[in-house]
Amino acid sequence: MQILFILIPVSLLLGAGGLVAFLWSLKTRQYDDPKGDAERILSDEWDDRPKPPPMDQNKDP
Amino acid sequence: MADLSVDRHYDARLSACPACDAAPLAGRIAASAMTGDMILSLPGVHCAVCITDVERALLAEEGVRSARVNLTLRRVSIDAPGRRAEEFIPVLEAIGYEAHELDGAALTSNAADRQGRDILMRIGVAGFAMMNIMILSVAVWSGAEGATRDMFHWISAVIAVPTVIFAGQPFFVSAWRSLRVGRLGMDVPISLALILATAISLFETLQSGHHAYFDAAVMLCFFLLVGRYLDHRSRAIARSAAEELTALEVPRVVLLRDGAEQVVNVAELRPGDVIRIRPGARVAADGEVVNGMSEIDRSLLTGESLPVQAGPGAVLSAGEVNLTGPLDLRVTAAGRDSSLSRLADLVANAEASRGRYASLAERAARAYSPVVHLMALISLLGWLQATGDWRVSLNVAAAVLIITCPCALGLAVPAVVTAASGRLFRRGLLIKEGTALERLAEVDTVVFDKTGTLTMGQPEWVRGDALPDDLRPVALSIAAGSGHPLSRALVQALQADGVAPAAILKIKELPGYGVQAEWQGRNVRLGRADWIGADAPALAAGPVTVLAVEGRDPVPLHFTDALRPGAAECVATLRGQGRRVLMLSGDAKTAVAHAAAALGIDEFRAGMTPQQKEAEIAALTSGGAKVLMVGDGLNDTAALARAHVSISPASGLDAARVASDIVLMGQDLAPVADALTLSGSARRRIKQNFAISIAYNIVAVPFAVAGFATPLMAALAMSLSSITVTLNALRLR
Repeated sequence: MQILFILIPVSLLLGAGGLVAFLWSLKTRQYDDPKGDAERILSDEWDDRPKPPPMDQNKDP
Repeated sequence: MADLSVDRHYDARLSACPACDAAPLAGRIAASAMTGDMILSLPGVHCAVCITDVERALLAEEGVRSARVNLTLRRVSIDAPGRRAEEFIPVLEAIGYEAHELDGAALTSNAADRQGRDILMRIGVAGFAMMNIMILSVAVWSGAEGATRDMFHWISAVIAVPTVIFAGQPFFVSAWRSLRVGRLGMDVPISLALILATAISLFETLQSGHHAYFDAAVMLCFFLLVGRYLDHRSRAIARSAAEELTALEVPRVVLLRDGAEQVVNVAELRPGDVIRIRPGARVAADGEVVNGMSEIDRSLLTGESLPVQAGPGAVLSAGEVNLTGPLDLRVTAAGRDSSLSRLADLVANAEASRGRYASLAERAARAYSPVVHLMALISLLGWLQATGDWRVSLNVAAAVLIITCPCALGLAVPAVVTAASGRLFRRGLLIKEGTALERLAEVDTVVFDKTGTLTMGQPEWVRGDALPDDLRPVALSIAAGSGHPLSRALVQALQADGVAPAAILKIKELPGYGVQAEWQGRNVRLGRADWIGADAPALAAGPVTVLAVEGRDPVPLHFTDALRPGAAECVATLRGQGRRVLMLSGDAKTAVAHAAAALGIDEFRAGMTPQQKEAEIAALTSGGAKVLMVGDGLNDTAALARAHVSISPASGLDAARVASDIVLMGQDLAPVADALTLSGSARRRIKQNFAISIAYNIVAVPFAVAGFATPLMAALAMSLSSITVTLNALRLR
């Protein structure tokens, strides 16, 4: 039974981690252009690191 | 300055015409020029290479801070302070991409998108909470007792209470709103179930009771939010596409000031200004021609398929298209004062009379909510009577509310509408209004406009004319020298026949009359019969132009307005389905009769004014008919707004697109008939979904009322009905 005191917080933390990741991806507008993002990985430019987003990328309209 | 109430009326309504729309736009255009944000539409981009090409070309331009292509929307947003969007169009055209300037102010989809993200965020939170609480609940269901169960309930409570408060907000807000105006919307039982379930669970946890409904409350939230998101999504796609069409018409005009040309926004025009209308451009304001000769295409305004001659003194209205020569126009009324605003009034009246359509979901909610509330109340009172125990009674009442919760009902309509509008979108139809699909299913009478709707609004050469073979190359060459629609149609037909152009000299266009040139030392003319001196009455009906070669007999060339592809098919399908088909046109009788005969329409009326069209629709409606109006012009807007449901082609005027519920994106008219069929099956699907959720309730409610419903059962019944309803909607694909 003692194991529950470890496992429950762990499961909650993992879930919260997933939630935070989801909210972050939503905030950074990663669902704005799914088609474009799928194509962009084929682009030769900036292959060693991702292209820096334009200035207005993170701001809310 | 007009008085304030009139102003407000126009703000609300006047997106119905491009010129009038311009006034509030001006400020927004100025604002976007300050930040340097511009949006270009790129219909041609489709792959990774295109993205790189476009972005690289734009970033190489001076002053461009950033350029980002959005492939989903086929747009590029450019951040370049001090530059103008139209400067980038040639840059992109040089590397082979068609680009159009979009009026950023008309695109509000960013704001709409924020709403979508907001719902998504709540779905994420509810989903996280749901999963965690269910893990804990499984332990309780499988028999956790005493302190362990209490601990699980407490952890659930800590997760669930903030989640319900946060994720349930859209329902609470809308329930409160409907309660305040004294209605019982769908969101009232939803909110009540959410609040009651959470409150009772909390109470039970405090009392270390056996059952808590936290999982049910959070899952309810999750499923309902999914329905809400589907609903939002299907509408957002349609709205953003329709907005893009609107944004394509950037309201700019060439103003002549002290002889110099100056590009200004339509909103800045004042009566007395002189503006220049180039050939091919749309007239931006009402006015009188002071200089120039040309021909005017009035088809969008009046439905006349033949161009009208215009010279000094002629009065033009905003929305007409200048065809052949440049015209200088003295503005008599611009923006809100123009003749368009009279039409806008007509549209506003018509729309007000259409009234509020109660969707199936609303009607279902109207019947459903009182029943649910009554049932919960009866079980509360019944159990109180039988046991005298408030706690047990409240628990049973909550179980009843949760089990009967209109979760499946909330999903039933959005899921079907999403599936149906997705399918129609692929066929080229955009649903702008949420209830359009349901209204479409009720249609029994279809009214078509002619010019631009059933026909292309563009002439096509009738090849039966006796044009001698040796004159064909000459005809091609001389017609190529003019931008007149008849000439263009002639060029197209001759080129399609494989005719090679002849060498001609001294080609010259006389706007409003025709083209003249020299061929092998002989004078050649192509144009109006009265200009060439041919026998005009003998040329009879239909658009006609005359080719005259010196020393030869003049050859009349006849044209017809080509039928839109799929038009005949569409009419035949509609009639085959037993629907009444009518044609109302502003065009001349012969042209209308000809088109009607070609399409097999028995009932048609010609020479109709916008008011007459609207009155006709109103008469049909009061006769009990559910009318679908299909039209593209300004003269149709009032009729479009009056009809039960309306469709306009994307090639139509902004005003028509605004007034209609559905926009037809492609050239082909056949999807209109498909839409009617599909809407019928969508309606059936929605009704099936209602039947499914009611059937679930009939099975589940007795258990809940009898007090047998455990949280597990409530959760199972609810998710089962939600999933069944969603799957049923997906069958539509």
